Amino acid sequence: MDYSFDFAPVFQAWRLLAEGAWATTWISAISMAAGLVLGTILTAMRMAPVGVLRALAIGYIEIIRNTPFLVQVFFIFFGLPALGLRLDAMQAAILTMTLNCSAYIAEIVRSGVQSIRPGQIEAGKALGLPSFDVYRFIVFRPAIRAVYPSLCSQFILMMLNTSLVASISAQELTYAAQMIDNRTFRSFEVYFVLGAIYLALSQLFSLGLQLIGRSYFSYPTK
Amino acid sequence: MSAVAARIRPDQNPQAVTDHPAQATITMSAVNKWYGKMHVLRDIDLRVNKGEHLVLCGPSGSGKSTLIRCINALEEIQSGTIEVNGNVLGRKGAKVDHIRRDVGMVFQQFNLFPHLTVLQNCMLAPRRIHRATEAEARDKAMHFLEQVHIAEHGHKYPAQLSGGQQQRVAIARALCMGPQVMLFDEPTSALDPEMVKEVLDTMIGLADQGITMICVTHEMGFARAVAHRVIFMDRGEIIESAPPSEFFGAPKHERTRAFLGQILNH
Repeated sequence: MDYSFDFAPVFQAWRLLAEGAWATTWISAISMAAGLVLGTILTAMRMAPVGVLRALAIGYIEIIRNTPFLVQVFFIFFGLPALGLRLDAMQAAILTMTLNCSAYIAEIVRSGVQSIRPGQIEAGKALGLPSFDVYRFIVFRPAIRAVYPSLCSQFILMMLNTSLVASISAQELTYAAQMIDNRTFRSFEVYFVLGAIYLALSQLFSLGLQLIGRSYFSYPTK
Repeated sequence: MSAVAARIRPDQNPQAVTDHPAQATITMSAVNKWYGKMHVLRDIDLRVNKGEHLVLCGPSGSGKSTLIRCINALEEIQSGTIEVNGNVLGRKGAKVDHIRRDVGMVFQQFNLFPHLTVLQNCMLAPRRIHRATEAEARDKAMHFLEQVHIAEHGHKYPAQLSGGQQQRVAIARALCMGPQVMLFDEPTSALDPEMVKEVLDTMIGLADQGITMICVTHEMGFARAVAHRVIFMDRGEIIESAPPSEFFGAPKHERTRAFLGQILNH
């Protein structure tokens, strides 16, 4: 092996990498928040007494979870313009990530809701609270707490999945790395550093999610 | 249970019935309930007058918990009607939430909300339903928490309290909605023995204020002291209903005698 490593060209392009890392961070954060909201709505539909809502939610969840993420990205970016919905690469990326992770989140949140003792819901009803309030104020927080670790790994997985949106030229971290590679031909070094940055990002996200969890779920349990 | 036995019976207390002027009666007529093929309530007819204290007892599976859970629609009934405070349950479009606001319930497992402090547990429903301001809800919560002698723990979470303390909070939480009727579903069955008394004392204090109460319990000392009527249920039927002196002194039915023999001969 007579390859000589040269990381200098990669580090010279640090600006590009930093901008890419920042883009990855914020599109992930937005998609996580939106995915959690949409996922919770899907959970409510999935558990609704109305059959039509349940069927819609199940259909949606099954379709999303059984088709590749990359196909979903292409469908939204290249396919939807045929219907008149033209999104730029970033918008398409965020929309796909939100739709994609909401389906997984819905299943996680549902198992959280199912872990809540029926007595909690009965106590809320017995106070005269309408169903919506019972779920919003009584069930939601303990349910999320019960599944928070799974929720966090789903979030991290989604953040790593953002690398796939480079394929529609969304200008995030992997896209930035490809540009540097094209310019320098230092593929090993570029993707080695890229991997290291993703590793660091997931550690940071993990830490951030842990801190959020610690403040939101600080109540003691037996 | 000496404290229980020594107190004045509420029907001898002239103030008892006048504290709650609004009409509060429960009328159950020909109520039937099935769980699948199991007939858990059979033609229940029951009338509870305003200010009356009822104790329901019977072997497990006799339908006593189911009966009180029907009163606030936690269980559906298959036939018959239940009228609470003039609102009729069991008809289409019944205003279930309205009935539930008039009926407080205390559960065997307390069912406090673990993520809310004691105060927040008590403030949630008044804030959401009565649209009380933060301050109003807090004042009301503190008032009832003081009544159950637990106001100093207002900032704590349920998991930081003993079972007896949690159950007293649960009672205060129900009272914050200003119910006309209180339902107790075996409120002391999940408690360690040394905590039973504090909860019973709280319930006795409540009875003295003249609120309508229906208690499912096997605490016969409590029944003797507080109940106007004791009802014995077996296999989904009301077998016997009598004032405590009669119920314990001269039970009419063989099944009642057998049951009392089992729970009192220790």
